[in-house]
Amino acid sequence: MFAYIVRRAAYAIPILIGVNLLTFYLFFVVNSPDDMARLHLGVKRVTPEAIEKWKAERGYNKPLMYNEAAAGIDRLTETIFFEKSLKLFAFDFGHSDDGRDISHDIGQRMIPSLAIAIPSLLVGLLINISFAMLLAFFRGTYVDVSGVILSVVLMSVSAMFYIIGGQFLLGKLLRLMPISGYDGGLDAIKFLVLPVIIGVISGIGSSTRLYRSFFLEEAGKDFIRTARAKGLKESRVLFRHLLANAMIPIITGVVVILPLLFMGSLLLESFFAIPGLGSYTIDAINRQDFAIVRAMVFLGSVLYIIGLILVDVAYTVVDPRVRLS
Amino acid sequence: MIMPVILWTDALIFLLVAITTAFALYARRKPHLRAPWRHVVCSRPGSMAVVILCAYIIIGLLDSLHYRLALESNDAGAETHYASEVLSALDALVGPLRTQTEKTYSAPFATHLFTRETIQQPEGGQTREYPRLKYGGRHLQNPAVDARADILRRSGVALAQTLTAGLAVLLLITLWQAHRRQQAFTTMLRTILKRRSEVPWLIIWISLSILALLIFLAANLATAYHVFGTDKVGEDVFYQTLKSIRTGLVIGTLTTLIMLPFAIFMGILAGYARGWIDDVIQYTYTTLSSIPGVLLIAATILMLQVYMANHPELFETTLERADIRLLFLSIILGITSWTGLCRLLRGESLKLREAEYIQAATAFGVRHSKIISRHILPNVMHIVLITVVLDFSGLVLAEAVLTYVGVGVDPTMNSWGNMINSARLEMAREPVVWWSLLAAFLFMFTLVLAANLFSDAVRDAFDPRLRQH
Amino acid sequence: MLRRPDGTPGNQAAYGCAVLLALQAVLLAACSDEPWNRPYPAQDAHRNIMYSSFQERPNHLDPVQSYSSNEVRFTGQIYEPPLQYHYLERPYALVPLTATAVPQPVYLDADGERLPDDTPPENVSFSVYDIHIQPGIHYQPHPAFAQDADGRPIYQDLDEKSLGDIYALGDFEHTGSRELVAGDYVYQIKRLAHPRLHSPIFGLMSDYIAGLGDYANTLKVVSTELTGPNGDRGFLDLREYPLEGATVIDRYTYRIKLRGTYPQLRYWLAMPFFAPVPWEADRFYSRPGMQERNITLDWYPVGTGPYMLTINNPNRQMVLVRNPNFHGETYPDEGEPGDADAGLLDDAGKALPFIERVIYSLEKEDIPYWNKFLQGYYDTSGITSDSFDQAISVGSAGEVSLTEAMLEQGIELKTAASTSIYYTGFNMLDPVIGGYNEQARKLRQAISIAIDTEEYISIFLNGRGIPAQNPIPPGIFGFREGEAGINPYIYDLTVNGPRRKSLDYARQLLAEAGYPEGRDINTGKPLVLNFDTTATGPDDKARLNWLHKQFTKLSIQLVIRGTDYNRFQEKMLKGTAQIFQWGWNADYPDPENFLFLLHGEQAKVEYNGENAANYRNAEYDRLFSRMKNMPNGPQRQQVINRMMAILQHDAPWTWGFHPKQFSLTHSWYYNAKPNLMANNALKYQRIDPEQRAALQAEWNRPVRWPLGVLFLLLLAVIIPAWVSYRRRQRQPAYRDKH
Repeated sequence: MFAYIVRRAAYAIPILIGVNLLTFYLFFVVNSPDDMARLHLGVKRVTPEAIEKWKAERGYNKPLMYNEAAAGIDRLTETIFFEKSLKLFAFDFGHSDDGRDISHDIGQRMIPSLAIAIPSLLVGLLINISFAMLLAFFRGTYVDVSGVILSVVLMSVSAMFYIIGGQFLLGKLLRLMPISGYDGGLDAIKFLVLPVIIGVISGIGSSTRLYRSFFLEEAGKDFIRTARAKGLKESRVLFRHLLANAMIPIITGVVVILPLLFMGSLLLESFFAIPGLGSYTIDAINRQDFAIVRAMVFLGSVLYIIGLILVDVAYTVVDPRVRLS
Repeated sequence: MIMPVILWTDALIFLLVAITTAFALYARRKPHLRAPWRHVVCSRPGSMAVVILCAYIIIGLLDSLHYRLALESNDAGAETHYASEVLSALDALVGPLRTQTEKTYSAPFATHLFTRETIQQPEGGQTREYPRLKYGGRHLQNPAVDARADILRRSGVALAQTLTAGLAVLLLITLWQAHRRQQAFTTMLRTILKRRSEVPWLIIWISLSILALLIFLAANLATAYHVFGTDKVGEDVFYQTLKSIRTGLVIGTLTTLIMLPFAIFMGILAGYARGWIDDVIQYTYTTLSSIPGVLLIAATILMLQVYMANHPELFETTLERADIRLLFLSIILGITSWTGLCRLLRGESLKLREAEYIQAATAFGVRHSKIISRHILPNVMHIVLITVVLDFSGLVLAEAVLTYVGVGVDPTMNSWGNMINSARLEMAREPVVWWSLLAAFLFMFTLVLAANLFSDAVRDAFDPRLRQH
Repeated sequence: MLRRPDGTPGNQAAYGCAVLLALQAVLLAACSDEPWNRPYPAQDAHRNIMYSSFQERPNHLDPVQSYSSNEVRFTGQIYEPPLQYHYLERPYALVPLTATAVPQPVYLDADGERLPDDTPPENVSFSVYDIHIQPGIHYQPHPAFAQDADGRPIYQDLDEKSLGDIYALGDFEHTGSRELVAGDYVYQIKRLAHPRLHSPIFGLMSDYIAGLGDYANTLKVVSTELTGPNGDRGFLDLREYPLEGATVIDRYTYRIKLRGTYPQLRYWLAMPFFAPVPWEADRFYSRPGMQERNITLDWYPVGTGPYMLTINNPNRQMVLVRNPNFHGETYPDEGEPGDADAGLLDDAGKALPFIERVIYSLEKEDIPYWNKFLQGYYDTSGITSDSFDQAISVGSAGEVSLTEAMLEQGIELKTAASTSIYYTGFNMLDPVIGGYNEQARKLRQAISIAIDTEEYISIFLNGRGIPAQNPIPPGIFGFREGEAGINPYIYDLTVNGPRRKSLDYARQLLAEAGYPEGRDINTGKPLVLNFDTTATGPDDKARLNWLHKQFTKLSIQLVIRGTDYNRFQEKMLKGTAQIFQWGWNADYPDPENFLFLLHGEQAKVEYNGENAANYRNAEYDRLFSRMKNMPNGPQRQQVINRMMAILQHDAPWTWGFHPKQFSLTHSWYYNAKPNLMANNALKYQRIDPEQRAALQAEWNRPVRWPLGVLFLLLLAVIIPAWVSYRRRQRQPAYRDKH
């Protein structure tokens, strides 16, 4: 198993290089360092000298990939790509274009992101699984039909409506919780209730429907019939056999996205002014802070690949028949 | 005189229509292809969804027939010039909706503006009051008293029209079915009304009637009132949301059209060829899918803007600029979304490759291209179809989010994302301006709901695994 | 309060009382008189804290670099330049802040001989300002000044290792202070030329401050020598390098020497660019490791002002706390007529500042901010002029009008004509829309008539704006009230006041310009014009639609070319734009600051200046040079009037509008008076925390019944499900439907 993970990790390196090259290309073709400088320096009274100075200070005055002016190995190392992109492999994110330590910022902003993502995930799982079981238990009856219709209706509503509506209803009209904001420590709870509720509700529709189909698939299998035929209590059938087996696809589905929880939610975080990594990314795009964007892309890719590996591992854990090779 | 204008997305839409029609004609004659589609239409939610989707598609297609009007010319011999404003068949159809603009906000069915204005009295002095609308309820003498009665009367007319049209449609359906099945008219009518027909004609008829009611209501009311109010600069919100339909459909369908060839080709190739080809393809899609999608989209949209800024002469009108941005958005969404399908297809082809009949075909020396087109492709088509239909609603929803992030469609284009985005600010007004949000919500929700119901029906019909249940 | 400051209990009775009170507080909270939706810690509810927000964190807090309004709103409270604007008086007047008097220039000839004060500007070689500052002013507590028992600085020789866990300025244990001296002002002026900083006004100032340009070159060389082999950048001690234009006379006096005359300097002396920076801070922040940890002057300012920045977390909040070392200042006892009636003089003579602490929270979206303001969780609301930074966009809060409900809440609206202009400009280099022949002028004039600014103001600003007749906004010298100021090319004078000329007239102008019915008279082609914009905000769609409508009135086709901010800038620099919108926010209340926007030597394409329309008119430029150095008076007005006539005839802009600055304040907020020049207004503001807490509680009673309904609904779902589940369980299991 360990050897397998190592091999998979090694396989990730060319992917990360590819990701790196692609983002580098995309962002530098689009945004010359001059553009970045102009955006950072503001509007009023910006001189060409100031732009040159800004670039020189941040090392953006070098050639992109190949330095003809330098000699020997410096031709490749005295370039923006080498200095800015390759260091990421050592998880050295460097400094953002306005001079902040990106690693430090990521460390700080991860917490609020997780503070939304983890409760949303857990509460969501609990609710979705219960609903799905309920629907599966009452399969074919009006409960099931109306439940499925409700799920489809819920998943047909854009997340934007949930957020705007939630803020308006719970925050403004009913005044039950703060409309937006964030605070450290336990004070954070009252700020997190609303985004978590919205996060859960916007996910209920699709997940319940998906989980229901997992349950139905298991329920149709022979061992469930056998268990029933043996005269086992319905509760035992439901929880011991049905739930346990349906959990396999549910858990593997969750494991894939587990690492990506770190990346935060773009929409929730910007609407609720929560200083997580999602809003960090959006801000960086808007400010065209290439250093942060690069770091976030890299981080996202790493986490995605970790997710893939975790799924494989999870399969072996929950289903002993699968062997990693 | 008009000059037809074919935008890039128009061309692609017509291509898509052509492909779909060709496929439908082809499938008509193949029972194994017809059966699942029949299954879709025969399911109750499926038939309802089909009716709704058809309505949307018709509006979308009408809105894709673009043209430019000729400018009047004084001397006959002179070369005709065309207005640079591009209109569509839908614009011609809804006529006054487009041109009847007020000064600023007005509520649905209002006869007065939403905001007070300072009005100079003829005898001097000023008053603050709500001015009458230029178009909404223009025909009324005394709007405060007459408006309600007028709206009721118009709705009554619409209802009567619907009843007439509905009965006519029922008659036609029954006649047609009775003729086809060689049954008596009354027997057929009873079969339909008691829901014993194979195709749920009753449901279809009810959906059609509701649709007809909405259309008649709109036809009777929208010309005299702003049924969904007006926006900040006085444009009719109902018109905007009708125009948004095309944007939503284009994003939902063109994206898949663009990504399909890649996904199918690469997926099957990877699974079938294996070896280094498989490695390269796997590498490509893992790399692409590991980049957060928003970043990729943002970069592409920025890149497009650079290109357009450098080649302004290529894009003559505002609409063309917006259109090319829409196209690029579809392309880039296609690039970010083909990887999932590609992976599925690869897995399926890997499995199929080991199937006995393909092993046999290989042993007989059948060419690879033939094996793929004859044996593998038809056997993975249900996966393709299900993914396409499933993706559609997700893409329509994604447009709104992307617009919020600032990398969506052009701000001059009518789209639900743009409507929601400006409605965010309107929700902060006192008193609240809610109608733009409501209109966008209703139209978007209906489309996505129909698409979801449709995709459920399609999945039930095509996925053999699910049909056992 | 019963508790002693050190937290020890007093006598037994008081202690018991305190426990009872605390218990009561808990009970009260449980009975939820305390609102549930309070976005701040409950224990702060009754404290003298003002709550505000920031939408995007300020880029620069270093006084050499901070320029945009979202930066100056912080630096203005922290740094104290020698001069300030009187808070209440209008027109805006300069008064001393740390200086003892507003300095008057002394004119010198080339040999350094003093010239009489009425010498014509062209004969003056140098003007010299001697500025005396008040003794006894001290800096805020700051680790840069920290000394140990022996008077040796503690943190001046830190290295990377000894920084350890320090990631913010607040992590340093010791702080100290020092008296403000004239040298600190000189140090800051030298920093304008610092090779590692880029001051936005360096280019401008090096034209005037004697020797500043050469000084920058000297420093560049020195700085390169100082830079270590591994990129370490040592402390560049500016005290060692003299600058001709800024010198210390004595401990409390310094001298600024300008080439020629530049009467506008005194306005700059009221901006943070000329605030003092102690060399200790510069040295402290240049220690190795500081930059990496983001402990820089750009993030942690150090000043003598009424407030100091204690927390600067761009991810969440920024906190200003009253500076314990503040030298003291009193609320002004004179103001405009009417100020006394408005209660603005009630606090006259009281010690500033009033507010203990200001908490700025990150708030990205307008809606939450607005709703929280209505709930009483923000003390004021208003649009800042931040929008200027993104070319042009008017904030959504501009749509707000006071409704009955808001009046009931006691919210007050304060407006002031702002010293800014938003205009639609024509690129004068463009072959179609630009140029100086009569036809092109008529085309521009026709468009200017068709763009109905009054309607724009009424739709997008809810009437809070003034149609501009020329670049000069009200409140600035040169603005003319009434009919005299009306632009005769766009307005007709009627008995009911000025009226925008009719569309028929505009169409006639258009025909005379060679485009009858909006079509080229020679080729018959429709006239197509391009509008370049950075369209990003949610409000833009409506705005662009509206603009399109205006051109359609003249049958002109408007193509909207939306692009991102950088591309827009690039177009402006290359001069490939045709029609664009831009804005300008006054740096100082002098007409020169607006008229230079059309000065030929400021042309964007040629000189990379601020003249975005690339307008150039020899006569205008000549008059500009004259006007610049004149004192305010009838003569200057005459010159300005002549310049206006030229501009209005040429119509390089459609003039646009001057937005009215407005702010909404709650009833517990006192002394609010919009002052668009003063950037240090915070110290005059006062709040009544008790009143606020009471109103917040009243406004924010949670509506709890939906929770009950929700609970009942849940029961309604769960109970039948449970019953049915029990029933099934009792059934024999083999009755499986499958």
